[in-house]
Amino acid sequence: MSNTELLLMKGNEAIGEAAIRGGCRYFFGYPITPQSEVLEYLARRLPEAGGAYVQAESEVSAINMVFGAAAAGARVMTASSSPGISLMQEGISYIASAQLPAVIVNIMRGSPGLGGIQPSQADYFQSTKGGGHGDYRLVVLAPSTVQEMIDHTVMAFEIAEKYCTPVVVFADGMMGQMMEPVILPDIEPVPSEKPWATTGMQGRGPNIIHTLHLPPDQLEWHNNRLFEKYHQIEAQEKRSLEYFTDDAEILVVAYGIVSRVARAAVEKAREAGVKAGLFRPVTLWPYPSEALVKAAGKARKVLVVEVSMGQMVEDVRLAINGRVPVEFYGRIGQVPTPEEILNKITQLIAEVA
Amino acid sequence: MAETVKVYSRPKTLIDKPWHFCPGCHHGIAHRLCAEVVEEMGLQEMTVGVGSVGCGVFSYEYFNFDGIGPSHGRAPAVATGVKRVLPDRLVFTYQGDGDLAAIGTTEMVHAAVRGEKITIVFINNTVYGMTGGQMAPTTLMGQVTTTSPLGREAKQAGYPIRVCEMLATMEGAAYVSRVALFNPAQVVKAKKSIRKAFETQMQGVGFSLVEILSACPTNWGLSPLEAAKYVENNLVPVFPLGEFKVPEGVK
Repeated sequence: MSNTELLLMKGNEAIGEAAIRGGCRYFFGYPITPQSEVLEYLARRLPEAGGAYVQAESEVSAINMVFGAAAAGARVMTASSSPGISLMQEGISYIASAQLPAVIVNIMRGSPGLGGIQPSQADYFQSTKGGGHGDYRLVVLAPSTVQEMIDHTVMAFEIAEKYCTPVVVFADGMMGQMMEPVILPDIEPVPSEKPWATTGMQGRGPNIIHTLHLPPDQLEWHNNRLFEKYHQIEAQEKRSLEYFTDDAEILVVAYGIVSRVARAAVEKAREAGVKAGLFRPVTLWPYPSEALVKAAGKARKVLVVEVSMGQMVEDVRLAINGRVPVEFYGRIGQVPTPEEILNKITQLIAEVA
Repeated sequence: MAETVKVYSRPKTLIDKPWHFCPGCHHGIAHRLCAEVVEEMGLQEMTVGVGSVGCGVFSYEYFNFDGIGPSHGRAPAVATGVKRVLPDRLVFTYQGDGDLAAIGTTEMVHAAVRGEKITIVFINNTVYGMTGGQMAPTTLMGQVTTTSPLGREAKQAGYPIRVCEMLATMEGAAYVSRVALFNPAQVVKAKKSIRKAFETQMQGVGFSLVEILSACPTNWGLSPLEAAKYVENNLVPVFPLGEFKVPEGVK
């Protein structure tokens, strides 16, 4: 497979291949719809690539196997879908505290509880605000195409190793299941030096990886050190894309699969003479607040569209900070159509006219 | 003048610092045995120890080799991750009865099911020691703990779990044994058993587990000597000592 060949790939399988091309050789996972193809693809491909794959007995075990493999210095990934990601939260808190690089893919499905198997974006709070116990942050990347699922997976490993921190690739069941033309990257990833890894001493002193800091001053120092890193990530890793924002009076804010639908709605609105624009966060944490405020410079209303009851809208309201009204439109179990979003845009422009 | 012969010294795999364990606790002996076997097998540079949550939580502060502090009960999963990446290293977990046989039962059983080439050193002292002596899955019938104040009753809390007997039924478990530390002869046997478990792993045969019946004088409300006797007289009848599974070639 050359680097210019256009292939038709399913999102979940594309993530699996991207992980291998990104230098990942270890995967630990558990079957769950609509993510299972990541597992199936890597069960076949990882042994071919000289790596190892374990189907764990639960997502709880899978994330702890990730902890062990990351501690041993490997590039490692797990993938699951919403209920399985919930089971991983304890392990993710430990990985964040132990400052281990790891990639966690969430192919979100309907919720709460067992929910459904349709696409969803309702794990936004869980991934961007914490999810597990304690003060930590996860870098959250939100692709919107199968090509971006590939590119973001590769980027996730680079960010994870650069900052020694877990990174989430945040997609949904529609993207996991759909096929699109992609170009696979032909890259030679250079694994970073990991002098801290627990690999057996082999001539140095003992390396210890743990998360227990009993003395209060030590624990506070540890948390401060984590947050110095998070502030650095906030300064360097915010990403977003904009369409027609220069003069937008109605600014739509959407991420992932919804941003594609919203873009179609914005184009239709423009055809009808409505000055609509789209702001698409690519990193959900760190949230690109400054870019959003700039994009909303001429907006008279902001419309947030999500496949949830309204989660990212809170970050939009924090960023906009009362400058203009922020409206919300959400669906559950289905991605809204361009017509639905266009109707909402038309309604909002009529209100401010 | 008599010649001085050195018969005893601290293994270089054990850091010279005072234990945090209570007087008469068997954790210190168990730590030392693990450290001695790692040293005698020449594996100090090739070992990754995986601790637990409970009284074994500080194992990485005593062992002079690489160490990991995992979350409660997940040590066998963490060890699996390490071992799959580094198949030629000695990877062992050190877990108590609450960590292994309650919250970590799934991870323990499935590491054995997969025949994961790791070793579990399992300290069974019938109580949650670190949190102050609550009932464990291995607590004896009638045994008084802070959460079984009238003694463990089957109607309320069921029966003690026998880890070795359960794991011995699994094809992936290659070496399974139960030892104790209540007198010097038992300590010598325990050390041999740990060595067999580590050799089982290093020969790539399969999963291995050594259960060590241990005294917890503080939470049992006994003196160190009484606690050692309690192991012999009360634990051993419920948890019989011996090798439940031994692979060919490491006998």
